[in-house]
Amino acid sequence: MKKALRYLVLSALGAVFLIPFLWMLSTSLTPAAEVMAKHRSWIPTHPQWSNYPEALTVLPFQIFLKNTLIVTVLAIIGQVASASLVAFGFARMRFRFRDALFLLVISTMMIPPQVTLIPTFVLFAKLRWIDTLRPLIVPAFFGGGAFFIFLLRQFFLSLPSELEDAAKIDGCGPFGIFRNVALPLSKPALATVAVFSFVHHWNDFMGPLIYTQSLETKTLALGLNSFRSLHGTEYHLMMAAAVTVLIPVLVIFFIAQRYFVSGIIMSGIKG
Amino acid sequence: MKRQASGMARKEAVAGWLFISPWIAGFLIFAAGPIIASLALSFSYWDAITPPQFAGMANYRRLFSDPLLRRSLFNTVYYAVFAVPLGMCTALGLALLLNQKLRGMGIFRTLFYLPAVTSGVATYLLWMWLFNPQLGLINRFLRHFTSNPPLWLSSPDWAMPALIIMSLWGTGGAMLIFLAGLQNIPEQLYEAATIDGANNWKQFLHVTLPMLSPTIFFNLVMAVIGSFQVFSAAFVMTNGGPSNATLLYVLYLFQNAFMYFRLGYASAMAWLLFVIVLILTLFQFRTSKRWVHYG
Repeated sequence: MKKALRYLVLSALGAVFLIPFLWMLSTSLTPAAEVMAKHRSWIPTHPQWSNYPEALTVLPFQIFLKNTLIVTVLAIIGQVASASLVAFGFARMRFRFRDALFLLVISTMMIPPQVTLIPTFVLFAKLRWIDTLRPLIVPAFFGGGAFFIFLLRQFFLSLPSELEDAAKIDGCGPFGIFRNVALPLSKPALATVAVFSFVHHWNDFMGPLIYTQSLETKTLALGLNSFRSLHGTEYHLMMAAAVTVLIPVLVIFFIAQRYFVSGIIMSGIKG
Repeated sequence: MKRQASGMARKEAVAGWLFISPWIAGFLIFAAGPIIASLALSFSYWDAITPPQFAGMANYRRLFSDPLLRRSLFNTVYYAVFAVPLGMCTALGLALLLNQKLRGMGIFRTLFYLPAVTSGVATYLLWMWLFNPQLGLINRFLRHFTSNPPLWLSSPDWAMPALIIMSLWGTGGAMLIFLAGLQNIPEQLYEAATIDGANNWKQFLHVTLPMLSPTIFFNLVMAVIGSFQVFSAAFVMTNGGPSNATLLYVLYLFQNAFMYFRLGYASAMAWLLFVIVLILTLFQFRTSKRWVHYG
């Protein structure tokens, strides 16, 4: 009895979380005329699949998709590669000022990004990188961010040192140990970083908003926003476009669920 | 032998510096340099076209006389005062529900966490549609109870509550951290409490809450910092309106920088934000000694 009640509460709350998504999907398949109807059924009587091609051709969504893929893929590579290098240095090498520098890494998390926003914009303007994708990609290669460095350092610290010693005897240098011992053992942690990096760059709005201007450099997030300002009342098309942008995130989410959970837990431990 | 060891140590130190060199370069280019430049800019007038001019304290004095800044600060505090406690309670409540030994918990965990991953323009558009006064799902539902439900994003009184409600839907990250914290509480403590005759509510008050306090503290600090930096939702959904009801601090900062080209003033605003967030964080650390128990 008590068990049934618990399931009832969980299901009711689950519905609250799920219903907006279902409403979105339902609207995206509804004919324009029916969207405005006072009473409409949740399941469209004649699913209007043509809403999708119509929504995605109003603006050049294939360009937005290409830009988003370029930014997301390159930024993931940059963050995973550079954060793992830096984290390995902090976790496994001994050198002067190491711990003080690591404290500096952590303290950069405290600075609101707004403080560095304007000078960084000026820097990219001086480099003539405004209205290109470079400001969204290049910084990822410079350490990958304090959060990911921290996460990977904790993971590298937990690796057994025996394997490292064995590799040293086999004549491996520090970089060899990093490549042949640390990286293969850290696939779950690296996947966690990649998954979080994907979601961040796929959803990022402020970066593209500031650094890109023309239609040719816009990303999906910005494209959706332009769609809103141009066709803000055509909700059936807006929802079709929004569903399309969400699908890759949902696919990654369901494939990589355990990495989200382990990443959150690893980041929560420091509290 | 000793010389060989010190040679190895030197090699290791060189390798260490090489490993962290991407971060050092990034720190200098994207953190230290911009921080110094931002501080200098906050003492200048600059419109991005003509050369910057020294302004002394003018930008900082202006912070205290700008009615829109006062408004944006008020709005942000309003947002934080409701979104942070409500978000913490929602996240903790969901985590408590998920922390039961029942089958199918993984499905519910996925459901509750999902909106935290999909946050972005697509979800803002979804919520604009849900909040639509005439046709949105929320008012379709509310019309069963009242003939004139709120106008939500079109109403100066209801736009901010609408943003707060939306933020509760995306609270999954904090929920997972709470869940991890709950699962770290040793089972024996509850067994001992049961033997002492404590009911569920007493167990929650005297076992769960104290044991969870470091997690609550971590989530609270992160939530307060996050609530002062909300930007995209307000930019996309209301652009600060109606009549500045959702003009949040970072949105106003963005407008000063990239619409009015008051780059000096916007820099001063960023430093005021830093100071506010720093004071709030330090305050939480100071008071935490009274209520956070480290096991």
